[in-house]
Amino acid sequence: MSFSSWPKWFMLTALAVGILVPVLVGLGETIWAAFGILPALGRHTFSLNAWQQLFELPGLATSLRLTLVSGFVATTMALTLALFGSAWVYNTSGKESFLTKLKPFVQAILVPILAAPHAAIAIGLAFLLAPSGWLARLFSPWLTAWELPPNLATVQDLWGLSLAVGLIIKELPFLWLVSLVALKQIDVSRQLSLAQSMGYSHTNAWCKIIVPQLYPLIRLPVFVVLVYSLSTVDMAQMLGPNNPPTLALATMRWYNDTNVYLLLPASAASVLLGILIAASVLLWEAAVRAAMFTGRVMIRSGDRTSNYSFFTGVLTTTLLITVMLGLLSLLVLALWSITWRWSFPDALPASWSYGYWLQLMTHVPSALQHSLIVALMSSGLALTLAVAWLEVQDRLGGQLYKLTLWFIYLPLLVPQIAFLYGLKVGFLRLGLNGSMMTVIWAHLLFVFPYTMLSLVDSWRALDKRYVQVATSLGRSSWSCFWRIKVSLLLRPLLLAWAIGIAVSISQYLPTLMIGAGRVESLTIEAVSLASGADRRLVGVYGLLQALVPLMAYSFALLLPRLVALRK
Amino acid sequence: MTSHVNAILPKRLGVILSLLAAGLLSPLGYSATASTAVTTTVTTIDASSARQWQQTLEQAAGETVYWHAWGGDVRTNDFITWVGEQTEALYDVKVKHVKLSSTAEAVTQVIAEKAAGENTTGAVDMIWINGPNFLAMKQQELLHGPFVNQLPNSKYLDLSSNSAASVDFTEAVEGLEVPWRLARFVFIVDSKRVQKAPLSMAKMLTWAQENPGRLTHPVISNFMGSTFLKQALIELTPDPSVLQQPVTKQSFATATAPLWRWYDAIKPHLWRAGKSFPENEAIQQQMLSDGEIDIAMAFDPAAAAAGIASGLLPTSARVFVPSQGTLGNISFVAIPYNASHTAGAKVVANFLLQPETQAHMQNIDVLGSFSVLDLDKINAQQAQVFAALPSSKALPTLVDLGPTLLEPHASWTTQLKQHWSQRYSQ
Amino acid sequence: MSLELRSLSVTTQGTNLFAPVDLVIAKGEVACVMGPSGIGKSTLLNAIGGHLNNDFFITGSVFLNDKEMTETPVNKRHIGILFQDPLLFPHLSVGDNLAFGLTSTLGGTKQRRAEIDHALDNAELSGFYHRNPATLSGGQQSRVALMRALLAQPKALLLDEPFSKLDLELRHTMREFLFLQARQRHIPVILVTHDPAEAASVNGPVVVLRSTR
Repeated sequence: MSFSSWPKWFMLTALAVGILVPVLVGLGETIWAAFGILPALGRHTFSLNAWQQLFELPGLATSLRLTLVSGFVATTMALTLALFGSAWVYNTSGKESFLTKLKPFVQAILVPILAAPHAAIAIGLAFLLAPSGWLARLFSPWLTAWELPPNLATVQDLWGLSLAVGLIIKELPFLWLVSLVALKQIDVSRQLSLAQSMGYSHTNAWCKIIVPQLYPLIRLPVFVVLVYSLSTVDMAQMLGPNNPPTLALATMRWYNDTNVYLLLPASAASVLLGILIAASVLLWEAAVRAAMFTGRVMIRSGDRTSNYSFFTGVLTTTLLITVMLGLLSLLVLALWSITWRWSFPDALPASWSYGYWLQLMTHVPSALQHSLIVALMSSGLALTLAVAWLEVQDRLGGQLYKLTLWFIYLPLLVPQIAFLYGLKVGFLRLGLNGSMMTVIWAHLLFVFPYTMLSLVDSWRALDKRYVQVATSLGRSSWSCFWRIKVSLLLRPLLLAWAIGIAVSISQYLPTLMIGAGRVESLTIEAVSLASGADRRLVGVYGLLQALVPLMAYSFALLLPRLVALRK
Repeated sequence: MTSHVNAILPKRLGVILSLLAAGLLSPLGYSATASTAVTTTVTTIDASSARQWQQTLEQAAGETVYWHAWGGDVRTNDFITWVGEQTEALYDVKVKHVKLSSTAEAVTQVIAEKAAGENTTGAVDMIWINGPNFLAMKQQELLHGPFVNQLPNSKYLDLSSNSAASVDFTEAVEGLEVPWRLARFVFIVDSKRVQKAPLSMAKMLTWAQENPGRLTHPVISNFMGSTFLKQALIELTPDPSVLQQPVTKQSFATATAPLWRWYDAIKPHLWRAGKSFPENEAIQQQMLSDGEIDIAMAFDPAAAAAGIASGLLPTSARVFVPSQGTLGNISFVAIPYNASHTAGAKVVANFLLQPETQAHMQNIDVLGSFSVLDLDKINAQQAQVFAALPSSKALPTLVDLGPTLLEPHASWTTQLKQHWSQRYSQ
Repeated sequence: MSLELRSLSVTTQGTNLFAPVDLVIAKGEVACVMGPSGIGKSTLLNAIGGHLNNDFFITGSVFLNDKEMTETPVNKRHIGILFQDPLLFPHLSVGDNLAFGLTSTLGGTKQRRAEIDHALDNAELSGFYHRNPATLSGGQQSRVALMRALLAQPKALLLDEPFSKLDLELRHTMREFLFLQARQRHIPVILVTHDPAEAASVNGPVVVLRSTR
């Protein structure tokens, strides 16, 4: 280990201790508890009782079915729509229509949905789709003849489809934007031109040529989406059924049950969820390989006459509906926040009130303060770490890149509920209990991967020759770093920071479990209020939740322009 | 029994009824003497306890008490904020309301702390607790105390051995928790849509058959959901006294047979054909307001009036109870064994028992929850404050609420929940 | 088969890129397009092939075998194109790249395989079916790219400086190979180049693009 490589080892150790160790500790404690060892409850011996109890708990099979259906449907649809959306963006020929004029604004339209936390979208969507929800109110009674809400399961249905819809709405913008960034690494336009000159339609060429090259680049984000869809708690609470609920939500319920001995089967359930997710990821990859194989057979047949216009039509409509639902979910939160009384079947509130907003301005809730502090600290730290890591890689060679990438993403690939309770106990052993510091650290685990994900491509795409020219002109490495790299990469850096803010605001379980009530957050408020009777307050907090990341994004997009103007 | 009834009646009616009760129910006069005995005991140890209390006050000054309490009701949250403002002004003790979506979150926190050996600086100073959660903490030795007798304002409570404040779901309190708010299980209905409310569980079955899809209850894992089931059990079971004893396989089978027959009959006529249930009573109230269902439930007899006042329910919302009476219980606050700010917590708990505080709480414009104090024990000036409280059309009086049914032994609830899940949760 | 350009010019952002071009290329002929850097030689090719996006406007017309092509969608024009880089699809093997190009009018797995093997032999790359394109040398990749374009049986072929990255010797070999193929298949070819020697070696018309000012 030479002197000049100590920054690399330092970074590796920092990453290992900061990220790998907490996850492993958390998992460890959970696994101990799953096999019967939980000293606080007087259980010290290894036993399989917890597992027996788990399998006897009613509704386990249904929970598993729900989890798998909603998870796979959501991920598959979100990916399909994202790929289709990317194809649409790159379709430069074709008829001019209202939709084509929107192409430059795709990012702007998607950012609000991307920035809004999962809980906010879930709450808004639940109200939108409910039998007494906004969509029903808009069309009743003149279209539907409903004087009272119908007895239909449009939300919290028994197959978990409304949950899948909510997940798709949230994951589509993420996958779409990730794809668009990844596609910059592929020479899309020329390859498409080649294929089209050989007689393939745009869609045909996209599926056979671009998608197989794109998928390996977005594989990790797709896994992240799959894992989240299978393990979400806050979205399942708002949109999923509750008798029985998805496995993740059921596990959460068992953790919180009045019968404290249920902590043991709850830990077993967490381990089961972890195994389920690992198996699902493998199953997904197997399906992808099968699809690739089929694709190659189709390519060999050279078929180029297949008419994809039916699928194109269906997918375009679905894409539009998904984006519309996302935007409407946020709008309905805004409406509720200024309502006094809104009954069915009025299309708009009967009476308005700004009371809650006024109250907010005179008495800034500590939830807002805490959320901001945690978000700013965790995204700032994450960005610093990410930049430090990338810079060290640049200067000292990146052989370990692929390996470290996997353990940077580890917190996103393990279900939160599986290791957060264990992590809490771990922190307690170190004497750290419910403080800002532990919550920021817990958030960092999830913010860091997203920051890395959004920064790494742009960083690596930066032409190394800029730095080479600068060094040859006599600049020191530090000066190079600041003046050249940072100023050229200002926009991606700020965007990565904004993404970090959004991810931190969105976190529910980490603040809830690690914060021990000492640290509040907008998301906890919103979810807790959503299980109350006052939708208007939910609207206020939900909207606040969504506004903070949105402002971060606006700042990230505007600042580079201001800097450029000054020059 | 007498003092319990007195605690929740408006003062005038209380005087008349207590005279009648004292005359008709003389054997229970024993409890009246018992409470006097308690009062005398308190007066004799006044000097030393006063000094102890003074020490507690000094210790508490400057502390911030983290009160973990369910945060789903805005008016309760506002009340807790008000409490904090008062204690800060009077005793320099701040209160931080940690909003929970379920009390069990605080219990798991304390368990985790005990697991890690964190015995002196726990994150939870005070918990709004009762019933099964209290039982769990008491059994696991996670509570500080007994401390109720250390609080000067406990003199206003009826702490005799059978009073409602000494027994929590048939489990003896033993001074480990302080009462602060009364609850009665009631139904809420929109009087515009439901002209004739079903006044018994049997009648509710007929009503559900005539109005399919308009009735539901929260999930059974929720406290309100299990209370609905208990209410039905008490009304339909052949011998209610069996429920006061711990449950056995035999007694469970006989006692619950009519209940399951009734539930099987009503299930297909419930909302979503009984396959899906709202998460809790607040969401159910929202559904009532939206018009998705016609009957909601609450633990607060003032719920309808409060809902109307805050615009969450239509002005035609009213409360009704089955004619046989409904379950009632008390909400307590307890202090974990490892709380960081025990002195501060005691000061806040004591403040909650202040008659002025209780009257403020009972004010329909604030919270409307009935007070836990024994109105015999407060002086005339304090009684006046209670008498002057505003009323509303949607606010029932205690006479309207009928008799209070006794809570079954806690073991019955656990069995009920398990059995219901096995039968209907697949 | 002939390719005809009638007063073809491309406008973008209000400016005309180059003076209108008139050109007739007979079957088997190879025409050459030259001009200063940045004038829009690649844009001209894209206009003929139909690859321009909606930011560009085309004035004049393109005729292939006396059929007007200006309104025909790209994938129906049957005009092949080759870029400066071979752009072999990295996720497909050499043989599968060729299979992608091979026209669908030829059916049957065995026949198609035979045709591809024949093409590989033609390009002196026998047995390369399962090779990864990244393992091939620059010259080999160019040959595969050309074969791929030709297997699609285009009615015309456009080449945008396809051999500029190869050394002199290879460039000469590839050119001869190209001219042979064009003659054998009777298709018109347009070659964009910087190299005057290359321009001199073609047997067809040479066009020099001039700006409009």
